[in-house]
Amino acid sequence: MADFVQHLHPALQALIRVVFFVLPSFLIVPGLIWWERRLLGWMQDRIGPNRVGNITFSRTSRFVPSLLRGKKFRLFGLIQPFADFGKLIFKEDITPSAVDRAIYFIAPGLALFPALALGGTIPWGPYPWLTPVADVNVGILYIMAVSSFGVYGIVLAGYASDNKFSLMGGLRSSAQLISYELAMGMSLACIVMATGSLKPSAMLANQNGPLWGLDYPPFNLIQNWNILTPYGLVAAIIFSICMIAETNRPPFDLPEAENELVAGYHTEYSSVKFAAFFMAEYLSIIVYGIIWSTVFVGGWHLLPFRFDAMAHAYPAFGDVWNFLDTLNGSSLLAPVWVIAKACCVATSYIWVRGTLPRLRYDQLMSLGWKSLLPFATANLIVVAIWIVATKVSSPIIGWVAVLLSAGLLYALYKAINRLNSANRPNLESRSITMVDEPPQRREAELVDPAPAAT
Amino acid sequence: MNGVPLAAYIGLGLFMFTTGVVGVTVRKNPIVIFMCIELMLNAVNLTFLAFARYQLNSARQSSEQIQHSMMAGQMMVIFVMAVAAAEVAVGLGIIMAIFRLRDNVDIDEMNLLRG
Amino acid sequence: MNQTIGGVTVTPELLMFGGIAGVAAICAVGVVAFNNAVRSALCLVVNFFLLAVLYFTLNAEMLGITQVVVYTGAIMVLFLFVVMLLNLGGVKLINEKADPKKFVGILLGCGLFVILGAQILPPMLQALPLKVSPDMAKFGGPEAIGRTLFTEYVYPFEAVSVLLLIGIVGSILLAKRRL
Repeated sequence: MADFVQHLHPALQALIRVVFFVLPSFLIVPGLIWWERRLLGWMQDRIGPNRVGNITFSRTSRFVPSLLRGKKFRLFGLIQPFADFGKLIFKEDITPSAVDRAIYFIAPGLALFPALALGGTIPWGPYPWLTPVADVNVGILYIMAVSSFGVYGIVLAGYASDNKFSLMGGLRSSAQLISYELAMGMSLACIVMATGSLKPSAMLANQNGPLWGLDYPPFNLIQNWNILTPYGLVAAIIFSICMIAETNRPPFDLPEAENELVAGYHTEYSSVKFAAFFMAEYLSIIVYGIIWSTVFVGGWHLLPFRFDAMAHAYPAFGDVWNFLDTLNGSSLLAPVWVIAKACCVATSYIWVRGTLPRLRYDQLMSLGWKSLLPFATANLIVVAIWIVATKVSSPIIGWVAVLLSAGLLYALYKAINRLNSANRPNLESRSITMVDEPPQRREAELVDPAPAAT
Repeated sequence: MNGVPLAAYIGLGLFMFTTGVVGVTVRKNPIVIFMCIELMLNAVNLTFLAFARYQLNSARQSSEQIQHSMMAGQMMVIFVMAVAAAEVAVGLGIIMAIFRLRDNVDIDEMNLLRG
Repeated sequence: MNQTIGGVTVTPELLMFGGIAGVAAICAVGVVAFNNAVRSALCLVVNFFLLAVLYFTLNAEMLGITQVVVYTGAIMVLFLFVVMLLNLGGVKLINEKADPKKFVGILLGCGLFVILGAQILPPMLQALPLKVSPDMAKFGGPEAIGRTLFTEYVYPFEAVSVLLLIGIVGSILLAKRRL
C-alpha cells in the first residue's frame, strides 16, 4: 500500500490522506456530543439522553425473524446527535430582516473553515503514507495561522446579525482570541525552541529521544515527551488553557454567555446555520486535541517508553520488547492512538465545563494578560537558558540552569507582585460557604434579651 | 510558478498600490484610509518578494550575490510587517482617542490644526 | 502547446496566477469601493490571504505564513474590533456622497497606474524566475530567514524591536481612560 500511494501525484496523495485520515476523525463529533451530554449528566446528577436508538423487536410479528423476536437492543442514546441534527435541518430557517445578508451567510462557513483546515499538518503515523497532508517546514506556524481564522466567523456573525447582544458577543470573542493567541504562541514557541524545528514530524522525532537528553538508564528507557520536561509541562498547561479559550468553551464561553447575551453571536442563527456553528465548535475541540497530543504527549505513541532501548538493555526479553515496540508506535494502530489521545483531551474539556463556573470579563482579561503571558514568556527564557547551558556544557548542567533560572524568575514575579500590591488597597475579599454548617453565634446573642420591662 | 513573468507580479503590486492611493485620497472614514495604507504596504511587500525571486540581470552575478539579494528582499518584507503592526496599533489607538474626545471620526472635520 | 500572446507565453501557471491575482485585485477595489467598513475589512482579509498564497508561489513560505499570522490573524481582527466598537458607540454613518474631488482622485489614480505601468512593466515581460540551485532552494524557509535575520540584519532587527516596544507603550498610553 505504501508504495502504491507514493507513486501517485502529490496532490492525489494529499487527497487520499484527507479522505482516509482527516475526514474519519470528524466522525467522532456525534459521539463526542453524546459523550458530553451523558458525562455532564452524570456529573450533574441527572441522566442525560439515553433513549434514542433503542430497538425493541415485536414479540408476535411475523415479519421479524424468530431469532430476534422480543429482543431489545440498547444503544444508550448514541443516536441522539443524529436525531438532533435531523431536527436542526428540518427547523424553519429564519433570516431576520435587518441583517447584513452577504456577511450573515458567509459567517457560518467561515466558522467551519479553521476546524476543517487545522489538521493539515498533523502526522498520523510512522509511515510515509501516514505523514500529514502537507509536511511543510512551517507546520506549527500553519496551525497558528489557521486557528487565527476562527475569530472571523464569530465576529462577522455578531456584526451581521444586527443585534446588540450578538455584536457584544463578537466583540468579546475578538478581544478574547487576540489575548489568548499570544500566550498560545509563546507556549508553542517554547516547544519549537526546544525541538529546533517548526515541523510537527521533527517535533515527534524529538519526543522519541531519551528523557531530558540523558542517554543512560533509566532515562534512556523513557521517551522525551514534552509534557515530561519541566518547561514542557508549563507550556502544556498554558496551551491547554488557551486552547479552551480559543474554542470558546466553558469556562471561557463569554461570547455566548446565555445569562448576559441571550446566546451571543449565534442568537439570530437558526436551523442549519446554527448547526454549522455547533459543528465548528466540536470539530475544533477534536482538532485541538490532536494538536495537543502531537505537540505535548508524543503523537502516535501510546506509552512514553522506549521499547527499542529496552530491547537493547535487556536482550533476554527481546521478542517481548519488539512486540511492545510495534504495538506502541510503529503499527497500523498509530492513528488510533492519536485519536484516543484527542478523545482524552475532549473528555477533559467536558470535565472542565462541568467543574468551573464562567469567568467574568475582567477575570478573563487579567488571566490572559497578567498570568498566562508572563508565565509563557518566563518559560521561553528558561528554555533559552536550557539550550545554551546544554550546548555549552552537559545536559545535567542544563537542567541545573533551568532550576536556577526558573527559581529566579519566580522570585522576580513574586517581588513585582508584592510591589504592585503594596501600593494598591486590597479589594475586600469575599467568600461563600457552600457547605451547610450550623450557624455559629456569639455568646452575647445566645443570651436572651434582657427583659426590659422589669 | 516558473511560467509567470516578473511583470505579472509587479503589475499586481502596482495595481494594489494605486488602488490604495486612490482610497487614501477619496475616502473619508479614517479606518478605511488605514486599510488602504495597509494595502499599499502589502503591494510593496509583494514587489520586494517578486524582485527577490526574479533578477533582471542574473547572468552577471555570482551565486553568493544572488543568495544575498534573495534574502535582502525577504528581510525588507519582515521589517515592513513589523512597522505595519506597530503603526496599526498606534493608529487605531489614535482613532479611538479621537472618537472618545469628539464622538465623530469624519476625517474632514478633524481640522483643529488648520491655521 | 503553450500559446504566445504579445510576446508572453501562456502557461497553466500563468492562468493560475491570473485567477489568484484577479480575485486579489477585485478585493483591493472592494476595499475602496464598499461604503461599509466591515465589508472593506473583509475584502482586505481575502486580499491578504491571496497575497500569502502568492508568496508561497514565490518560494517564500515562511513569509507567506507570517503574512497570514500577522495580517489576517492580528491586524485585521484589530481593525474589525475597532470598526465594531465605533459601531456600538453609535457613530453616524460618515457621509460619502458623490463629490467632484472623488472623480479627480480616481482619474489621477488611473493616470498614475498607466504612467508607472508603461515605464516599468515592458522590460519585465520576459524576466522569468532564477533557476534556483538545490542549495538555494530553501531560501524561503525558517532556517535561512532566521540565520540572515540574526547575523547580517541584527541591527535593523533590534531597531524594529525597539520600535515595537515604543508602539506598545504608545498604544497603552492612548488607550488610557484619561489622556
